[in-house]
Amino acid sequence: MSNRRLHTIVALVQDRPGVLNKIASKWRQRAFNIESLTVGHSEIPGLSRMTFTVDGASNDIEQVTKQLYKVIEVVKITDVTSEQVVARELALVKVGATKETRGSIIEIVDVFRAKIVDVGSDSLVIEATGTEDKIDAIVAMLSPFGLKELVRTGRVAMVRGGTTTVKAPPTDGAEQRPHRSAGEGKPKVGSLI
Amino acid sequence: MTKIKGAEIIMECLRKEGVDVIFGYPGGANLPMYDALKKYPDIKHILVRHEQAAAHAADAYARVSGKAGVVWATSGPGATNLVTGIANAWMDSVPLVCITGAVVSWLLGRDGFQEADITGITIPIVKHNELVLDVEQIAPAIAEAFHIATTGRPGPVLVDIPRDVQQQLAEFNYPDSVDLPGYQPTTTGHPQQVKKAAQLIDEAERPLILAGHGVVIARAAEELKELAEKAQIPVITTLLGLGGFPGSHELNMGMPGMHGMYWNNMAIQEADVLIGIGMRFDDRVTGALKEFAPKARIIHIDIDPAEISKNVKTAVPIVGDVKTVMQQLIPHVSPARHDAWRRWIDDIRRDHPSIAIPETDKILPQYVIKKIYDLSGPQAYYATGVGQHQMWAAQYFWGDNPYSFVTSGGLGTMGFEVPAAIGIQVAKPQSTVWSFCGDGGFQMTMEELALCTEYELPVKFAIINNNYLGMVRQWQDHYYDGNKQSVRMFQPDFVKLAEAMGMVGLRVSEKSMVESTIEAALQHPGAVLIDFQVEEAEDCFPMMPPGVSLSETIDQPPVNQPEYAR
Repeated sequence: MSNRRLHTIVALVQDRPGVLNKIASKWRQRAFNIESLTVGHSEIPGLSRMTFTVDGASNDIEQVTKQLYKVIEVVKITDVTSEQVVARELALVKVGATKETRGSIIEIVDVFRAKIVDVGSDSLVIEATGTEDKIDAIVAMLSPFGLKELVRTGRVAMVRGGTTTVKAPPTDGAEQRPHRSAGEGKPKVGSLI
Repeated sequence: MTKIKGAEIIMECLRKEGVDVIFGYPGGANLPMYDALKKYPDIKHILVRHEQAAAHAADAYARVSGKAGVVWATSGPGATNLVTGIANAWMDSVPLVCITGAVVSWLLGRDGFQEADITGITIPIVKHNELVLDVEQIAPAIAEAFHIATTGRPGPVLVDIPRDVQQQLAEFNYPDSVDLPGYQPTTTGHPQQVKKAAQLIDEAERPLILAGHGVVIARAAEELKELAEKAQIPVITTLLGLGGFPGSHELNMGMPGMHGMYWNNMAIQEADVLIGIGMRFDDRVTGALKEFAPKARIIHIDIDPAEISKNVKTAVPIVGDVKTVMQQLIPHVSPARHDAWRRWIDDIRRDHPSIAIPETDKILPQYVIKKIYDLSGPQAYYATGVGQHQMWAAQYFWGDNPYSFVTSGGLGTMGFEVPAAIGIQVAKPQSTVWSFCGDGGFQMTMEELALCTEYELPVKFAIINNNYLGMVRQWQDHYYDGNKQSVRMFQPDFVKLAEAMGMVGLRVSEKSMVESTIEAALQHPGAVLIDFQVEEAEDCFPMMPPGVSLSETIDQPPVNQPEYAR
């Protein structure tokens, strides 16, 4: 596959039992590995929003997107890969900490604008949000202290500006700082957005 | 309004949808539905002998009647027995509504007796499915099921209803419309694309139409004829498109692909514009995709957007109902003749006759099939199984009735022929219905013969008996050094079997008997089974070996190999 890349796909689906299974089955049928998947309510009652990140060639992704539309409960699917999007992920990191190392850890947490949400006698739990790259970077920085546990939500994404991925009234959300959309070159490790 | 039981709501829904026949099998989890049957004598129930047959019969019933087929089964094994039939309907885009009983709702997920997660199991092979846990939701779920099954690209829909829900009481309110925000099939073609297609057709010197099942499903045979005649474009019909264009028409070229006509495969490779109408460029049609139609720009008309550019690159994609799109397209297409192109095809056709039947004293399967077509008249219906006999049945079918050739195309389901013929006969009780059976596939569903006696269905079964799983044997001969493993099996006495099932059984082992036996079967008012003991070693040609391009189609068996010599 020449044009393989990580795609971000947003799906709006009717909130009915079994929908996730049906959608996952369409990916599975075509042997795609879902890198991440997040699901939660959308602004429209009765509709849930899913964000997938999937590795694949554009034409394969297009085909699977068309197949996803065959799931009756799917209302809208958008591949936002080449759009300007805000994409974030949440991570909780439990890291080993001693009196000697605590200061250094707090320093790192501050630099990454993350938060310490739990303090134990020999550990800290850190909450971080940001792009996957930022999460990768903070995890990499914290690892030497002893990574006890890590949980990441996977990507959620939203198109910038007035356009929405569904036909809903546009909101007046303040314009956010520019963000690298997926596939636009390799980010520097430690980028802080 | 008075409250009625969930099972009666199901029946009321079916009545609203104009259902007059259900193919099914009872069991603990759908007993309330059976209990409700007696209040609805206008809805006939056909008791099959195995649920797979219910699905196949309903599938064939749907194809010839143009209505959705309806299937009932109980939970667990009853429901799982439907799976092959559902997959068959899915692959061939047949509207099927399957209503399965589920174990009582408080046992769901507890591995209750005869529980199977049938909505989970069928996800990849249904257009939609739903588990109904509230009696109030039965009517909306069934209304949705019929709507989804019959509109857009048709397909099977399964509704699973626990036994206790079937017994709860509710008012019957049938929704006037269904609200599915995510399901809005596009039926009208994009006008700009339609014009582009017309322009491409006008520019073409060597155009070809590839007409598929979509033409038959959309009831668009008239439009196809009009388009073909206006621009004098030769028409190739896929296996499932057979009949969608009149076989007797001078522009009809027959079938393409793995066992299609040699001239068609050559013409596809030479065409400059290929118009795919309601077909999906299946591998059995295209051969090696890399080398498929190298000179052609492709126009693809299909109701399913997912079919566009799935297998071949399309110059002009048009998503829409093929009948509507053709109605849009025809006025924009200029009259044309394409004489030189048609002569080119005719020359190949003369030099490579493909389906000429050799003179011999042996009973050739092709000869039997051709005789049945010749003697049965233009109004007859045909179901086939899968394998050599199916391909011969397709090669020699040049009928004009668009709905009369029913076969398992996409899934290739052996055993389809017996229940399918029964389904056709239920839909067309006055018509002659033939079931072309392979001696292997027939033994997969032969238990259903009993239905012909029970419901007075005068189906004519023709077993094209070559004592082998013929197509497998052919592949073993050609690609596995003739290592004929597990392709010959003990056969029951088919004539005695027919008699045991309450029908007439006949055996033909002399060529001279073929015609008179077919005549006798046609004269007989009831069901007849004929065991045609045909030439064992006959191979099905033309053949495009697996994995190669259409250009490498072999028209006739290699004569220097005695193994294949007639």
